[in-house]
Amino acid sequence: MTIPKDIPEKWFPLVLSLKRKKQKGLNGTKSKKRWTEEERRVRANDREYNEKFQYASNCIMTSKYNIVTFLPVNLFEQFQEVANTYFLFLLILQLIPQISSLSWFTTIVPLALVLTITAVKDATDDYFRHKSDNQVNNRQSQVLIRGSLQNEKWMNVRVGDIVKLENKQFVAADLLLLSSSEPHGLCYIETAELDGETNMKVRQSVSVTSELGNQNNLASFDGEVVCEPPNNKLDRFCGTLYWRDKKYTLTNQNMLLRGCVLRNTEACYGLVIFAGPDTKLMQNSGRTKFKRTSIDRLMNTLVLWIFGFLVCMGVILAVGNAVWEREVGSLFQSYLPWDPPVDNFLFSAFLSFWSYVIILNTVVPISLYVSVEVIRLGHSYFINWDQDMFCSQCNTAAEARTTTLNEELGQVEYIFSDKTGTLTQNIMSFNKCSINGQTYGEGTDPLAPQPKRLDFTPFNPLADLDFCFYDDTLLESVKVGDAHTHKFFRLLSLCHTVMSEEKSEGELVYKAQSPDEGALVTAARNFGFVFRSRTPGTITTTEMGRPVTYTLLAILDFNNIRKRMSVIVRNPEGRIRLYCKGADTVLLERLHPCNQELMNVTSDHLNEYAADGLRTLALAYRDLSEDEWEAWSESHRYADKAVSCREERLAAAYEQIEQDMMLLGATAIEDKLQEGVPETIAVLSLANIKIWVLTGDKQETAVNIGYSCKMLTDDMTEVFIICGHTVQSVRQDLRRARERMIELSRARDGGKEEGMEGCFMGNGFREGQEGDGTGGREGGKQLQCPPPSSNLMDNISGEFALVINGHSLAHALEADMETEFVSTACACKAVICCRVTPLQKAQVVELIKKHKKAVTLAIGDGANDVSMIKSAHIGVGISGQEGIQAVLASDYSFSQFRFLQRLLLVHGRWSYLRMCSFLCYFFYKNFAFTMVHFWFGFFCGFSAQTVYDQYFITLYNIVYTSLPVLAMGIFDQDVPDQRSLEYPKLYEPGQLNLLFNKREFFICIAQGIYTSVVLFFVPCAVLSDATQSTGVPLADYQTFAVTTATALVIVVSVQIALDTGFWTVINHVFVWGSLGLFFSIMLALHSQTLFMIFPNQFHFVGSAQNTLLQPVVWLTIALATAICIVPVLAFRFLKVDLKPQLSDTVRYTQLVRQKKRKPVDRSEGGACRGLGSVSEGRLGARGGSRRSGYAFAHQEGFGELITSGKNMRLSSLALANFASRHSSGWIDTLRRKKPTHAHTTPSASGESSPAPSCVSGSVPPLSNSSSVLGGSQDTPIEEETGAAPAQNTQTVPALSTQTPPASEDAAPQGSAQAVDAGVLTPAAVRSRGGDSPGGWTITLGAVQEALFGWKARATASNSPRPPSVPMESSQIE
Amino acid sequence: MMASSYNAKDEDGAVTVSLRSKKPENTAFKQQRLPAWQPILTAGTVLPAFFIIGLLFIPIGIGLFVTSNNIKELEIDYTGADVSSPCFNCSQNFSWNSTRPCTCTIPFYLEQPYESNVYVYYGLSNFYQNHRRYVKSRDDSQLNGNMKSLKEPSKECEPYAYHDNKPIAPCGAIANSMFNDTLELFYNDPNGTKIQIPLNTTGIAWWTDKHVKFGNPGVDNPNLTAVFQGTTKPVNWRRPVYELDSDQDNNGFINEDFIVWMRTAALPTFRKLYRIIGKKSGLVPTLPRGNYTLEVVYNYPVRSFEGRKRMILSTVSWMGGKNPFLGIAYVTVGSVCFFLGVVLLVIHHKCGNRNNGGDISN
Repeated sequence: MTIPKDIPEKWFPLVLSLKRKKQKGLNGTKSKKRWTEEERRVRANDREYNEKFQYASNCIMTSKYNIVTFLPVNLFEQFQEVANTYFLFLLILQLIPQISSLSWFTTIVPLALVLTITAVKDATDDYFRHKSDNQVNNRQSQVLIRGSLQNEKWMNVRVGDIVKLENKQFVAADLLLLSSSEPHGLCYIETAELDGETNMKVRQSVSVTSELGNQNNLASFDGEVVCEPPNNKLDRFCGTLYWRDKKYTLTNQNMLLRGCVLRNTEACYGLVIFAGPDTKLMQNSGRTKFKRTSIDRLMNTLVLWIFGFLVCMGVILAVGNAVWEREVGSLFQSYLPWDPPVDNFLFSAFLSFWSYVIILNTVVPISLYVSVEVIRLGHSYFINWDQDMFCSQCNTAAEARTTTLNEELGQVEYIFSDKTGTLTQNIMSFNKCSINGQTYGEGTDPLAPQPKRLDFTPFNPLADLDFCFYDDTLLESVKVGDAHTHKFFRLLSLCHTVMSEEKSEGELVYKAQSPDEGALVTAARNFGFVFRSRTPGTITTTEMGRPVTYTLLAILDFNNIRKRMSVIVRNPEGRIRLYCKGADTVLLERLHPCNQELMNVTSDHLNEYAADGLRTLALAYRDLSEDEWEAWSESHRYADKAVSCREERLAAAYEQIEQDMMLLGATAIEDKLQEGVPETIAVLSLANIKIWVLTGDKQETAVNIGYSCKMLTDDMTEVFIICGHTVQSVRQDLRRARERMIELSRARDGGKEEGMEGCFMGNGFREGQEGDGTGGREGGKQLQCPPPSSNLMDNISGEFALVINGHSLAHALEADMETEFVSTACACKAVICCRVTPLQKAQVVELIKKHKKAVTLAIGDGANDVSMIKSAHIGVGISGQEGIQAVLASDYSFSQFRFLQRLLLVHGRWSYLRMCSFLCYFFYKNFAFTMVHFWFGFFCGFSAQTVYDQYFITLYNIVYTSLPVLAMGIFDQDVPDQRSLEYPKLYEPGQLNLLFNKREFFICIAQGIYTSVVLFFVPCAVLSDATQSTGVPLADYQTFAVTTATALVIVVSVQIALDTGFWTVINHVFVWGSLGLFFSIMLALHSQTLFMIFPNQFHFVGSAQNTLLQPVVWLTIALATAICIVPVLAFRFLKVDLKPQLSDTVRYTQLVRQKKRKPVDRSEGGACRGLGSVSEGRLGARGGSRRSGYAFAHQEGFGELITSGKNMRLSSLALANFASRHSSGWIDTLRRKKPTHAHTTPSASGESSPAPSCVSGSVPPLSNSSSVLGGSQDTPIEEETGAAPAQNTQTVPALSTQTPPASEDAAPQGSAQAVDAGVLTPAAVRSRGGDSPGGWTITLGAVQEALFGWKARATASNSPRPPSVPMESSQIE
Repeated sequence: MMASSYNAKDEDGAVTVSLRSKKPENTAFKQQRLPAWQPILTAGTVLPAFFIIGLLFIPIGIGLFVTSNNIKELEIDYTGADVSSPCFNCSQNFSWNSTRPCTCTIPFYLEQPYESNVYVYYGLSNFYQNHRRYVKSRDDSQLNGNMKSLKEPSKECEPYAYHDNKPIAPCGAIANSMFNDTLELFYNDPNGTKIQIPLNTTGIAWWTDKHVKFGNPGVDNPNLTAVFQGTTKPVNWRRPVYELDSDQDNNGFINEDFIVWMRTAALPTFRKLYRIIGKKSGLVPTLPRGNYTLEVVYNYPVRSFEGRKRMILSTVSWMGGKNPFLGIAYVTVGSVCFFLGVVLLVIHHKCGNRNNGGDISN
């Protein structure tokens, strides 16, 4: 809760010293050290020497407190919270008898409660930190001390020690690698914990030390390292090693950083350079930014306003007091003299001001902040517990890593998404290929009856079982022995830099640098050309069952300029051949002229593939004669040895041989989207959320993905592509795009006025600017009908898309163009930024944050998304393959992009709704409670006399009214989760901030003030003359207090009952329990027993019993309640009846069963589209220029490593990598300074979670319910998004398998609940999937129909309800 | 080697951890699927509610109003602010120290006979018994009979805790300002005789007050004079606390007049029960029609702060004394509810959202 702030030194020397110690442990960067280290000198094996410098030890301390310091430090930190200090101030005020209008305990009890809760939380957190610190500090490592290896705890490792590391061990401190068991002094590390990258990194020791070898030599090693002081730069290190009068330069390449894991290296020795808090890992830990939600900010503003209001009240009452004391009080002195220090009415007024500040302080109760925290915590737990956001494949549940942002999830307007790993799985699958002018793989038409997946096992025992291919003609062609096909696959099996690992015979695992390559090699493997193993000089394959070993003569490595790679191999027969694969643009230029015809055909195929959004590569080979090879080999060697311009010379040499190649064909690789991405995007954009994709990928790839995930659709009027290279051209592009938008929407508007016949001629894509022709020529025209129900505004915002690349974005982000860019981009429905750098990603987010008052969400999975995730209001990390960097920086994490819709539309929406109703009610109840004192002031001489018993004031906020509103804040639901996914428009109130804003706040406090007026004046009017039936007047203060308090508690309870829309058992218990508690506590406090013990504390003895037995009192309470509630009820009813919100309607439809249900018609309802294949449609619409999704993604220089043999071990390493991808908890803990909360409880049940069957409300018209039963996929589906067909095919299998269990759940649940509600039964069903009896085949969208159909029949036949099984039994399985 | 075994353990641990499913439990609570009642405001629920409230409140209101109207009440202001008032002289010549009580006589006429018990109240106006400093100026411990508090009154009682270095019993501003007028009623028989009406001094305080909250110190000692030895009477009082009544059960702190006064009023205008005129047996009305005289021993000054003093005679019903407000309020609220119900019904039928039928259009 509290973040340590800087403490003024002069005040608290004690705390300061503690703090300094703490900070040193926690975060070295912040602490001012005893002296500023300018350089670090470390001498190996010389502890005495190194101790002079007092370097930090390797003991880390992330904990803040110990047993002794906990109380003072924690209290001190807590009182740095403004709210806590404020209440402390009030407490001090109350100790002044002349001011004290309340007993001291009315403040101290809540304050103590709050402080205790926070302290307990802090203590628990710190306990776990202690535990993990201890665990880490006590890890063993082997240290070379006086020539022998000794086991030492990590915390005892000193700077200058030489440490031995073994395989799979964590690196204990930042080490200088001295020697390794591997050749060349190499060792491999995994840095996932540090920077999130999962690939192995190679570290190499300085050559002189790598020769040291065994420990005896090392023990006598006395080199001295002089290097930079500790810093947090992970990728940089500079230092010098002085040894035997020589200098050796040290770089990051020689360093093993703490947090890394040694992989695939038997052992290595390192010299400790930085230890403990000085290590780069620790220097990097610590959260950078503390995010607050807009509700938080609003709440703080409102609290300030309320303070202002409080002061105003105080002033008014003080003035009243002055007047009263002058006019009445001074005369009344014979009965009531002024207190000694008071000698005139002005002083009395001054004191009275403070007295009123004390009693009116409950308008901002201390429990507000705590309750908000509790509610958010609850919501976070619900996110963590959500089974529908659990990914069973990766066994990860969603995690809310911060607990402070939940309600903002309900207000998101802009989503910035990474592409790779977020939208796509980063899994490539070999999808199609063109061999010698023949295209294969067309069998993948998703609409054809499910094609049979090829079974490779009978043909090829080495086949990879996970490989999917559907076109058997290709397999036939291989079997027949078609030479081209064989060559094609041979190329794929040879020309790559993949490593293989054969654990046991035939069990091959490939470790590829880029997933594309892996896919290609796997394809070749399945088609009978199995890459088995490689050595630096050979490649062994199994071709059609026959082992063949090729001599690897050269690898012509990939780089970004060449965009291709080649290998030159000699086959067993001695023929030398060059195999080349690369981007079609570069490769087709280098073909032998005789390929012209084939090239044309292949080109067409490439266009087709590209248009399908596939990544393409062209393949070619060239036969080399021995002489040619010799000659080239010579020139290559020469170039290789060149000292200057080596790169250029090598490239020239490569260029020289990669000529006159023979075209073999082309491959098409599908960049697989993550599950449910198009549906999610469709739903989110229906919820009026604008999605921007920010990717480092090429424009073509990005646009393709944009299409395949339905961000861009063919329905779009125009897709603007901005790719100018100069400021002017970018500005021009933007301006032109805007003009075009206005023009088009006006044209469309005109067309609409002319009549609705209108199909509209969109101009398709727009010519790109200036030269960069590759992406600019998005030709094609579209003929489309405007959706009949759409209006102009929707058209303007809904039909355009913008694609901008990194260059142009750099210009667009310049200060003078920002606004222009924002206005253009925000008018578009979808924006794709490609080729952007991580920094630009963050800039774009900041730009929107700056110019739009909108909530932004960034989602990504890689280290390059971290900046974006950190700068957005909400950062979401996909815990996928790319490591944990993004997750560590994120506020929420889960493993599938599609969970985003649930996070936002369900959890976010609920959180927002709950928080808003909570705040509204909270302010209401406190105003109703407090303002009574204000009115009473006018009748008690402005003396700050309270209306209520002081115990009531103490307990009102923390006992009597806290739990029901907490229950509402945690459990309330207006519509079930299913519905909010079905009607994404339900999300809009959050974006528009409709549920809690200043206006709502004023309504709430107005209602509160109204209630207080009623609560004061009604009892006042009734009781002033009333007497008991025994004649005793009721107008005494205590009776009045009891009556008002009881009325207040009853009124606010009725109000919470009205506000609660979702009465679970817990709500019932809390509401009724609170009422019960109120009465029992009051009776107890007014009982004789307590009075006998403390007669001076319990003045109200007997009041409750006396008062509550009076019928008049109850009549008064009933009257006050009616007067308070009736207007609210009438107002709310009118609102619902006359201007129902969507959520009201949805709720209503749940309640009232509809026999006739019209098809759901959304804004873009009737898109003129059948079930035509998306890909075909897209082909027709877009020209084929979008090709060459260039498939190489891997690093340059890998070929060199292979040929040098240096990384031959990587293959086994790869396995180790996969097998042990466990993350070590302690590092997480280190990196997250504040562990937010516990992980979800793992459950033993491994059943797969039902997929969220949210997807769209595409509902066939229900003419008769039997159509539902048919479950045919041909049902014409009205679809509001461009997502229909793909969505259909993708979800049908999921639904048909998962619906029956879901429906079993739902049916009894629904009816049980309906019975519970006691209203029109089946209508109230909250279905989680549909309540059709199991066994039906249910199409997408028919689920809901089934629901209604079943209900319809159920009523028609008057069939008995399903037995109302208590739902727990059916759900807890 | 130790290190390697340590590592192996580490790896093993990781494997077992990864095998455990982290799938959240499928409980209704965790999945937010608790069965719930989801009330919504529909015409079908709200309108009947209005009518029911209306139909409930109106008869109750009428009942209350009638009951209240049947109650007889008479109020006589005897402050003596007017020159014409019989108490004018007393109110003018008031001094705390005067030993000779001033008495004034006020005649009045009862137009209706008062059946059953009649309650006599005194009423004060503009008297701030609810002032914060006034309310707290008491020592409940002392009033409960605690000997220690008797000798050392609480600081809350300041400046009425000590007088002449002796503790004041009862201490505090409330006790100090106790109402001490004496009211006596006489019935002027038509034949000219003046019959004093007997007034019950007990039964006017809450049971809990009399038996729990207040108690004389030294329970076993019937001699209150001895018990209160060493204390002094409140400054304004004429008699010490142990001489309030001759009846042992109504003397000292448990004197009911005192208890009634100590139960502070909520509002600056209030009435407190003074005496009860018990119903005589038979059919004779407690107070028959006719002329009466109120004799006031005028001890209590209120003119200084523009207060008023009243004497009230009232009968009670099951719901207490005369209280027309409650009945009227009930009738009003009931009618408003009923009327609102009608209006809402009309609105709902004329322009209510017909689409509730189930079209959900975005």
